[in-house]
Amino acid sequence: MKARAFSYHRAHSVDDAREAHARSGDDARYIAGGQSLVPALALRLQAPRILIDINHIEELRGVRCDGEWLRIGALTRHCEMLTDPLIAEFAPLLRAAAPFVAHPAIRNRGTLGGSVALADPASEFPAMMLALDAEIEIAGTSGRRRVRADDFFIDLFETAVGPGEIVTAILVPRFRCNQRICFDELARRRGDYALVGCGMLATCKDGLVETIRIAFFSVGNVPTRARSAEAVVSGARIDADRIVAAQAALDRDLAPPESDEVPPAMRLHLARVLLGRLLARMSEAA
Amino acid sequence: MNALTSLDRPNSYIGRSVPRPNAKRLLAGRGRYVTDIRLPRMLHAAFLRSPYAHARIISIDVDAARALAGVHLVATGADIARICAPWTGTLDHFKGMTSEPQLPLPLDRVVWAGQAVVAVVAESRALAEDALELISIGYEELPAVVDLDAARQPGTPRVNPSGTSNICFRTQLDSGGVDEAFASAAHVVEEEFSFGRHTPVTLEPRAIVADYDAESGSLTVHHATQTPYQFQDLYARHYGIPEARVRVIAPDIGGSFGMKLHVYHEDMAVVGLSILLARPVKYVADRIESFVSDIHARDHHVRARMAVDVEGKILAMDIHDATAIGAFSTYPRTSVVEGNQVVRLIGAPYDFKSYRAVLEVVFQNKVQTSQYRAVGHPIACAVTERMVDLAASQVGIDPFTMRARNVIADNAYPTASPTGYKFEALSHEICLQRLRGIMDYDALRTEQAELRQRGIHRGIGIATFVEITNPSPAFYGVGGARISSQDGATLSLTPSGEVRCAISVTEQGQGTEAIIGQIVADQLGVAQDHVKVITGDTEVTPHGGATWACRGAGIGGETALQAARRLKANILEIAGLILQEQPSALDIIDGQVVGVATGQLRLPVAEIARIAYFRSDTLPPGTQAQLTVSHHFAPQGYPFAFTNGIQGCYLEVDVHTGFIKLLKHYVVEDCGRIINPMLVDEQLRGGVVQGLGAALFEECRYGETGQLLNGSLADYLVPMAMEMPDIIIDHVETPTADTILGAKGCGEAGTAAASACVLNAVNDALAPLAASINAIPITPARVLKALGRY
Repeated sequence: MKARAFSYHRAHSVDDAREAHARSGDDARYIAGGQSLVPALALRLQAPRILIDINHIEELRGVRCDGEWLRIGALTRHCEMLTDPLIAEFAPLLRAAAPFVAHPAIRNRGTLGGSVALADPASEFPAMMLALDAEIEIAGTSGRRRVRADDFFIDLFETAVGPGEIVTAILVPRFRCNQRICFDELARRRGDYALVGCGMLATCKDGLVETIRIAFFSVGNVPTRARSAEAVVSGARIDADRIVAAQAALDRDLAPPESDEVPPAMRLHLARVLLGRLLARMSEAA
Repeated sequence: MNALTSLDRPNSYIGRSVPRPNAKRLLAGRGRYVTDIRLPRMLHAAFLRSPYAHARIISIDVDAARALAGVHLVATGADIARICAPWTGTLDHFKGMTSEPQLPLPLDRVVWAGQAVVAVVAESRALAEDALELISIGYEELPAVVDLDAARQPGTPRVNPSGTSNICFRTQLDSGGVDEAFASAAHVVEEEFSFGRHTPVTLEPRAIVADYDAESGSLTVHHATQTPYQFQDLYARHYGIPEARVRVIAPDIGGSFGMKLHVYHEDMAVVGLSILLARPVKYVADRIESFVSDIHARDHHVRARMAVDVEGKILAMDIHDATAIGAFSTYPRTSVVEGNQVVRLIGAPYDFKSYRAVLEVVFQNKVQTSQYRAVGHPIACAVTERMVDLAASQVGIDPFTMRARNVIADNAYPTASPTGYKFEALSHEICLQRLRGIMDYDALRTEQAELRQRGIHRGIGIATFVEITNPSPAFYGVGGARISSQDGATLSLTPSGEVRCAISVTEQGQGTEAIIGQIVADQLGVAQDHVKVITGDTEVTPHGGATWACRGAGIGGETALQAARRLKANILEIAGLILQEQPSALDIIDGQVVGVATGQLRLPVAEIARIAYFRSDTLPPGTQAQLTVSHHFAPQGYPFAFTNGIQGCYLEVDVHTGFIKLLKHYVVEDCGRIINPMLVDEQLRGGVVQGLGAALFEECRYGETGQLLNGSLADYLVPMAMEMPDIIIDHVETPTADTILGAKGCGEAGTAAASACVLNAVNDALAPLAASINAIPITPARVLKALGRY
């Protein structure tokens, strides 16, 4: 299938992009990496009057430290998660998740801002925003604002980003030496959307987990924190009993939807298996 | 000291791993696929497809689409029916089979979701798709027949209202003595199997450019097909154009696997659209269209019983195979060949007498199934080999021992299977021994036992198979199909002393042109660089069957061999006149005529060509040099050249997630004379990978209303490199005596047994957990369900 005809505008700044969007009567889509949008255009699932290309907006690029935060420009490509030294040092969970994101050709084009703004519940990075307690910077009519990841994901493909708004950066609290991460997913083939995936960030002290944030993806309409499982593990030493208790708590956190291939009970089972394996790894690291 | 072999002779290309001459060209992006073809004044077709699996067409409104600028034609079923004769996918040798007549686009009823209903031809594909959005079709939904078992129930809605049931074809085989054998057996094992639908997924999708020239009344079709001559015949007959005015060109093809030899409604429509417009019209199926319109394959439910004696000797098998094929039987090869091969191939490697089978082929409201790589073999092999393992376990013997006791002995040939297949010479016993060696079977069993102690569940599976290759007219010709089992080649010596070979077998990426070049160069005694092979154009090559059912090497190769020998004789005849020698005293080595006895160089072949073409005045009066020969070869003797082999699989089952990791795969195969070992190995590996895809990943999943749920490459999982194991290959060579070359086919051997191996290996891994699997693909959901994990 071929896309319907559309106009094209190459934006030179965030304001320019937003003005072009407003001029279109909101019948526009921003395009960055295009790894989800272009197939949707080809399938005519989306047919905006105009595409606004934000790839050339300099201020959306780059990774830098900003006080206690790591500021990751929205245009940062997935492949840069694998190579950027600041991400490796200060956001290692993103580094750990990146190899599981699709395939090299997609990682070369796809952007972190695009992935988070689309909020595909089966994607790795949106869920990692939850695990990292990241904040998403959004440019809107009343200037820039920052939204906590916990408040960002609203429903299926629905986020705190309003019409015409642009995700400009992701801010991640800088990784500290008393923190530990774990990431893994269960996918039929390498690079596929996972049947279930999970990333976690723990803050440890004296072999105990002080706090932990556990985020799942591919478990429902939105990336989901496992708050009950977090509560079981927080303030405790992770041992076999603790792991079983956390696994048992997971049905309070996750309610996987019906699907023709993976029944809800099977997905919950897989989530428990994955949680158990990651917590076991975490206990070795803590 | 290494002894000299036949491969040390100059130009000894048969048996040598020669690279494919076209590989670099394709790698460099210089391939010319149908998609690359742009003709002057060419237009583009797109199709509006049915959203319903079964519905009556009440109304079609195309006015707005016709009015769109850039749209040249909007055609409905009635428009094309005026110029195209309908077709019916039945063959006479399948007694009693039925199927409804088909047209390119339906007149009043759609029978599967995704069926093309209206065609638009416009200046571009995008514009044609814009016009599709302006068409409105009124449908009245009819009850859809989706499930295979439901289709067989009495009282179920009918796919074809004119029929009395949903049965397309039913047949029965009975060698006699089955009930008696079961009654007296020491052990009887039973199982019910289910095999999912899957689809070939060629890298290059279906593509066609039809170019009708109204002034000369001639049609040229650039077509991504395996079988140009078959389509020349079909386009000529269904559109009433003299055959000599229809030219079908198959340029570079990106894989076919049997998918690109069936009549597709869109392809036939595109020819009609070009005739209606008298302009070239192009259509390339996109991936989503491929999923709902390319043929699918498999979809079988099989009930099997096996009786064995106390030693594990197989006494009898009793089989019921039900298979669903969509709403029509495919044209011109039908959709019942797969089921027919399933019931005839079950048990084929084994020496037993009593066999009974029932085949039931039913219609349903889905896209058609038909021949796809290894037609029927994977089902027959999986059923047979699983039953053999179940019986071995009942008797309490090792799977290798069980097979060693039951395979047809290597010294028992010629012989026949209980279903009547005639075997010239197979090599099961030696293959079995070789496999045991390359697997290091005993060591694997030791490792498996040790790992089980640590909760790691590995499985070992083996599967013996036979493969049907080199088909004679017994395959299609006897049923009335105008599908040739012979091939033709025209060989010319060029004025520079090089060779041009135009041959009717075709190339889809497997290396047909490479092996034909090897055979010609080998037989003529010239460098392979000096042989150009031309395929895929009905205006250029003689008529022939082309490439399917593993016939390219065995039949096409023999055609090339015999043609080369005739050309060589003609060259030596002229050489004899020039040198005043008996032709029998001369030979050709490396492009030079030499004395047979002395090996002495006498004359370059190029010099003979120069004299024959430019100085014929210097030859004796009455001499007419024949440096072009055309030669045809049709297989005689055995109706099919059967091959055989055995595969092994080592894998690990994660019993907590249901995931399966393939660790290693092994193949021992006997395809007779090997022409190019590298290409044979790659055929086997590619075939194994397709079989592993079927075993673990590939399945067309449908919803209750007959909608395909996973028609994209994100949702339909094909095997990828990361999940594939190393594949270890060994060969046994038992040439067929029916030809000089002795080659049989190898293209389907890998696919034939790979899924059976995996099924046996997974069951081997699960055996200590009292769980078993009887359905393919073996998904994590099925494994976890079998283990009762959720």
